[in-house]
Amino acid sequence: MAFLDYAPAPESTSILNLRDEYRLWIGGEWVAGGGASFASVSPSTEQPIATFATADEGDVDAAVRAARTAFRTVWGPMSGRDRGKFLFRIARILQERARELAVAESLDNGKPIKETRDADVPLVAQWFFHCAGWADKLDYVGLGAAPQPHGVAAQVIPWNFPLLMLAWKVAPALAAGNTVVLKPAETTPLTAMLFAEVCEQAGLPAGVVNLITGAGETGAALVRHPDVDKVAFTGSTAVGREIAKALAGTPKRLTLELGGKGANIVFDDAPLDQAIEGIVNGIFFNQGQVCCAGSRLLVQENVHDAVLERLKERMATLRLGDPLDKNTDIGAINSSEQLARITRLVDQGEAEGGERWAPDCELPAKGYWFPPTVVSGVEASSTIAREEIFGPVLSVLTFRTPDEAIAKANNTPYGLSAGIWSDKGSRVLAVADKLRAGVVWANTFNKFDPASPFGGYKESGYGREGGVQGMQAYLKAGK
Amino acid sequence: MATTTKTPARTATRLDVPKTYKLFIGGAFPRSESGRVTEVLDKRGAFVANVAKASRKDARDAVRAARKAQPGWAGATAYNRGQVLYRVAEVLEGRKAQFVDELQRTEGLTAARAQQQVEAAIDLWVLHAGWTDKVAQIGGHANPVAGPYFNLSVPEPTGVVAIIAPQEQGLLGLTSVVAPALVTGNAVVVVPAAASPLVAISLAEVLATSDLPGGVVNVLTGDPAELAPWLAGHADINALDLTGAGDLDWVELEVIAADTLKRVLRPEPGLAPETPQRILALTETKTVWHTKSRL
Repeated sequence: MAFLDYAPAPESTSILNLRDEYRLWIGGEWVAGGGASFASVSPSTEQPIATFATADEGDVDAAVRAARTAFRTVWGPMSGRDRGKFLFRIARILQERARELAVAESLDNGKPIKETRDADVPLVAQWFFHCAGWADKLDYVGLGAAPQPHGVAAQVIPWNFPLLMLAWKVAPALAAGNTVVLKPAETTPLTAMLFAEVCEQAGLPAGVVNLITGAGETGAALVRHPDVDKVAFTGSTAVGREIAKALAGTPKRLTLELGGKGANIVFDDAPLDQAIEGIVNGIFFNQGQVCCAGSRLLVQENVHDAVLERLKERMATLRLGDPLDKNTDIGAINSSEQLARITRLVDQGEAEGGERWAPDCELPAKGYWFPPTVVSGVEASSTIAREEIFGPVLSVLTFRTPDEAIAKANNTPYGLSAGIWSDKGSRVLAVADKLRAGVVWANTFNKFDPASPFGGYKESGYGREGGVQGMQAYLKAGK
Repeated sequence: MATTTKTPARTATRLDVPKTYKLFIGGAFPRSESGRVTEVLDKRGAFVANVAKASRKDARDAVRAARKAQPGWAGATAYNRGQVLYRVAEVLEGRKAQFVDELQRTEGLTAARAQQQVEAAIDLWVLHAGWTDKVAQIGGHANPVAGPYFNLSVPEPTGVVAIIAPQEQGLLGLTSVVAPALVTGNAVVVVPAAASPLVAISLAEVLATSDLPGGVVNVLTGDPAELAPWLAGHADINALDLTGAGDLDWVELEVIAADTLKRVLRPEPGLAPETPQRILALTETKTVWHTKSRL
């Protein structure tokens, strides 16, 4: 066994107690869906995990009606203090079942267990705990006294952080007094179904949370349902645009958290050890399937070679493989469709003159895999410097002056995230001021917290999740 | 004693010197490149002016000027922006009579009503001058995150804002939408009330002499129904304020704006003027994390 070889250390799946078949969870009942059921497969093995129902228009209507009834009869009239106590209960149960949820998430999504165990699931519990405390303090969110919930919130979430995105959506909505109908992504519905069990254990009144599974059509029917008051969507810019159009002129409130093409700017005085870790975390966390990923590395020209050399050394130590193995750094790509997209875009980047490099790593025979990849010599006009790849692929560009770095960083229709690496505080602050991005990480990257607003400028969407802004999105000024 | 240079006696027959009302783009007053004008008549049907009628090309020029000017305006200190907005109020106060006259002619108001509107507009500029260095303390905050990070959220201008101004009370309506956008450092392309173009261009003259950098506000007199779809579809505009678009097909404008995911302020129910919410509606929350070192 060589120095970097590790014995397998798989997390056991025996903690799971999954059903073979999951139905829709509407009004506190498990009900069959009107559409054809589908399987969710484990992206690392292509083995089916369970089958899930597809909600058709009738099911969507039933879910919205259940949410409306719960809003009128139970959740709306309930005191903020009691709503908060339900959310605290949920947070605690999530902590109690954290290991199980982490294993289920890794299995269904393909992301490494070290991430679900140390990032996704702890943040999920923290999100509910944080929002729970808001429920009886809504007078202080900045909308004046006695702000009111919108009513029924329709929420559609992506596959990259399935349970965490559920928490970002459900926790503030419930704290504010809304009821919800949520649709998880069709490739990652599993942990949402487990969340239904958590709600059952917490004794959450029926219909306050309704979970419906299905593909894009189900989501489209949900956000277009006439009795929905608030729509929250996280996903692609293309779908976000369609939703914005569909909702134009309706009284529905909309928040969108869409794509990104984050710049990670490394100045020549950056602490390089930390910067290398930050670059790796920025683009290889969750296989780069992160809307705020630092997918464009902007490195100052005089340290370009040194940074690239050290980055490659570090990438060579990344371990790709079984997501359930505790030593795994890079898990599986979520789906064959996503893998095809990543492959196509990287090929295009190479064809447009980029120099592609990936460490020599063996890809498992089964499953969807893409090695951590860096493409250097990328022009600002190259496809891979402009389009969101949503994969473990870093495009490298250079700059000479801070002004050039800022211009290049802002040269995108997106504006979600950016990173700055420099030891000079005054420069960090000056650059942060000029970056047109909703989240700027200085000498760190990919940090999330329920107290910290997250969301984008420009075509990365509108509205914020987290912090006081995140609560405001689920409330309107009182009369 | 020489008598040849004495001032002529005032007579009732003196010809006055009417103003040419042009557009306001990039700090200059160009005619519409299209050569088009709209004839403005007073309430008795007498000719007042040929006001420039902005074209699509003028709208594009205005957006370009706004984009160019925006970083400088946003980068000015809040104190500085406050002083400039206060200066607008000062200069407006000195030219009150002109605005009263123009409002009487285009809106058919009594002198008292017209004066009321002008004074309300002046006071609204003063109110917003006072917001520039305070709104970040209402809309921003330190965030107590669970880790060794300094974490701060601040409201920043969303960028270039296109505005369809209210169709009523030309000067006050215009002020009520332009001033809140300027507070945080946005640049503006505004289509003033179709029936009140005179005060809009005279206000532009006030802005041009109040140390507001050229291009921060651009005024396109013309037909809102014609100009609005062009602005809604323009890819370099970040937000669309439809406060004065209630009589237009604003739903269609919102659909067009969705193509570039613009922030849209709807005409209904509309945001109350004179509230920080109206100012914050045209901002983006930027959150900056910075690592704290271990000691």
